[in-house]
Amino acid sequence: MNMMTEAAVEKALDQRMNDLSYKMIGKDVSVYYGEKRALFDVNLNVRQNTVTALIGPSGCGKSTFLRTLNRMNDTIDSCRVTGRITLDGDDIYDPAIDVVELRARVGMVFQKPNPFPKSIYENISYGPRIHGLARSKTDMDQIVEASLQRAGLWNEVKDRLQESGTGLSGGQQQRLCIARAIAVSPEVILMDEPCSALDPIATAKVEELIHELRSNYTIVIVTHSMQQAARVSQRTAMFHLGQLVEENDTDKMFTNPDDQRTQDYIMGRFG
Amino acid sequence: MTTSTLLLITAAIAMIGYLAGSRRALALAGGRSSSMHSRPGYYGSFVAIWSALPAALLLGVWLIAAPAIINSSIRGEFPAEVKAQSQASQGLSFGMIEGIARGMRALSAEEAAQAERNPADLRNLMAARGVAIAGDPEAYMIKAANDLNSMNARSDLLRNVAVLLVAVGGAALAYRLIAPRFRARNRVESVILASLVVASSIAILTTVGIIASMLTEATHFFARVPAHEFFFGTVWDPRFAAAGATASEGQFGLIPLLLGTLYIGFVAMLFAVPIGLFAAIYMSEYASQRVRSITKPLLEVLAGIPTIVYGFFALTTVGPFLRDISSQIHGLATGDYSNFIQAQSVLTAGFVMGIMLIPYVSSLSDDIITAVPRALRDGSLGLGATRSETIKRVVLPAALPGIVGAILMTASRAIGETMIVVLAAGVAARIQLNPFEPMTTVTVKIVSQLTGDLEFTSPQTLVAFALGITLFIITLCLNIYALYIVRKYREQYE
Repeated sequence: MNMMTEAAVEKALDQRMNDLSYKMIGKDVSVYYGEKRALFDVNLNVRQNTVTALIGPSGCGKSTFLRTLNRMNDTIDSCRVTGRITLDGDDIYDPAIDVVELRARVGMVFQKPNPFPKSIYENISYGPRIHGLARSKTDMDQIVEASLQRAGLWNEVKDRLQESGTGLSGGQQQRLCIARAIAVSPEVILMDEPCSALDPIATAKVEELIHELRSNYTIVIVTHSMQQAARVSQRTAMFHLGQLVEENDTDKMFTNPDDQRTQDYIMGRFG
Repeated sequence: MTTSTLLLITAAIAMIGYLAGSRRALALAGGRSSSMHSRPGYYGSFVAIWSALPAALLLGVWLIAAPAIINSSIRGEFPAEVKAQSQASQGLSFGMIEGIARGMRALSAEEAAQAERNPADLRNLMAARGVAIAGDPEAYMIKAANDLNSMNARSDLLRNVAVLLVAVGGAALAYRLIAPRFRARNRVESVILASLVVASSIAILTTVGIIASMLTEATHFFARVPAHEFFFGTVWDPRFAAAGATASEGQFGLIPLLLGTLYIGFVAMLFAVPIGLFAAIYMSEYASQRVRSITKPLLEVLAGIPTIVYGFFALTTVGPFLRDISSQIHGLATGDYSNFIQAQSVLTAGFVMGIMLIPYVSSLSDDIITAVPRALRDGSLGLGATRSETIKRVVLPAALPGIVGAILMTASRAIGETMIVVLAAGVAARIQLNPFEPMTTVTVKIVSQLTGDLEFTSPQTLVAFALGITLFIITLCLNIYALYIVRKYREQYE
């Protein structure tokens, strides 16, 4: 009897640990653009300190799902989200949640590098400044340097921090945008096809960066490249026609998927 | 055959040429247009161009040259005593001959013969037909008029034949040139290119012509009044009453007018820029699509109101209102109900002009703000910036050069504005800094200098051109600078 209780307690604890290891939980998430429904009751959880890749053919809703995670869909007038998404257990669509605070915790890197037409330094210091993260100039200098270091860009730009961020190469610009996102110290980083506008060498650098960032951040990445998903992620979710087809360990997903549609997509039979 | 019939016939020939050309191209290709260098339409167009263009050019040259040649040949036949007269009176005689010639065509052959025998009757005869002759015709004039008529008839006939020949000949020539490997598209496109070049150079040449005419008149002015007195003079007193009297040429100081122009323009921009800019920010960043689709056209309606209407508004509403409210304020403060704002004042003109300029600022800035890429906004919002932080720190700085360009373009409109100033700020040219007093601008003075009974060679009139060219140079510099800034701004995103 006593043993049973202990086992039950252990199980409950395990359950609790599992819940905690989910950084974000999406339950029955549906998205509508006006009359058109783009996502159908998606249940997808994002694990702490893990890279989760979202794959699927164009228009399958993977970017839409990604954008619900930090409410970037709010900027589209006709967009409506139903269901429940939590970050550390708090519903992010709760009216009590400040979207500004949410986006500081869930940062985003976009498909096309979009540095501000300001200096490299100002690009990085932009986020910390609006959130009041630095108390002095030296604080700010440290944040800028640390962010650029982490993004692996410091050695390339340390002598030209005052030059315009738009003057960098495409790959450098994207790493600048990642550094810009890191500077706000987010807990989750969302990446929407971050390498689709980059050449293979720049892509390799960004992938290496994603790999390193995993120890400190939870990362969700949308990608069209199956190889990239296989290289950078531990968990993979496959979307098709607005529905979540399968979510699994990346290794299993690419060797022995549960769903036939995943198999077909990975083998290149459609998409 | 009149000129328009001739043109119609030429067009018809070109049309036929087009059809025949495309047919022939198709026939040569054996129905497969892929074996031809160009599409059949290009071969048709090639034939049409070859028939219409040279014919039209010939017609144009003829219409310009023929009257001149006939004119000089008729004048060459004038009797010696007429030739001895001045050019001007010879011109008058020729004018009479033209009148008679016109009349002769209206007369029957019988009447014409009678007129030749008895020139004195001619005037009455023609008056009966509705043709007025300036004076009593002399004998040689009737002969000259007959000559003129026959020469004109001959010239017309020759012209018609020549133009039609050229049209048909051109079409035939081009038709024969059609071959499968003939590059008709390239030829047709080079003609189109040339016509585009002509169209754009017409605009440029007109500008050059306007500048040239203003410069000539302005040099005449500077020959009478030294340039330094004009540019650095502080008194504007053209002395209309004493015009022509050499002792009192008047003083033509530019400074009071220029100061008035800049001052009123400055006050106008003070109203227009903040209001217009805020309106633009609201419409581009906050307004929903529905609100935007209603308010933007409404604001742009403001730009379509004629400026004289704004002038009425200033004269009958804004001016008196400011005057009355100023006397109330003065009265409440001191007990003396005298107004300190004149009904016609810099403030009135500036305020109303500012309202007129709001749509220019808002519409241009709105376009520029909307053109800031969405990716930049997303980038900022994605970092947790609020909407207003995004606008202040990312969107506006990115759009700033363009906005400055828009404001400069608006400023050059403010400087060129006339009607509002006439009605709202008066015509008194003075140097002072009180915005509640009347002042006037360069454009107002240009109008008042040109609308008088003065002879056109007096400095009182010519000064208008000197003022005009000064104003033109100021606005030109503003616009060039604005374009330069706007262009630099565009490079940032492309």
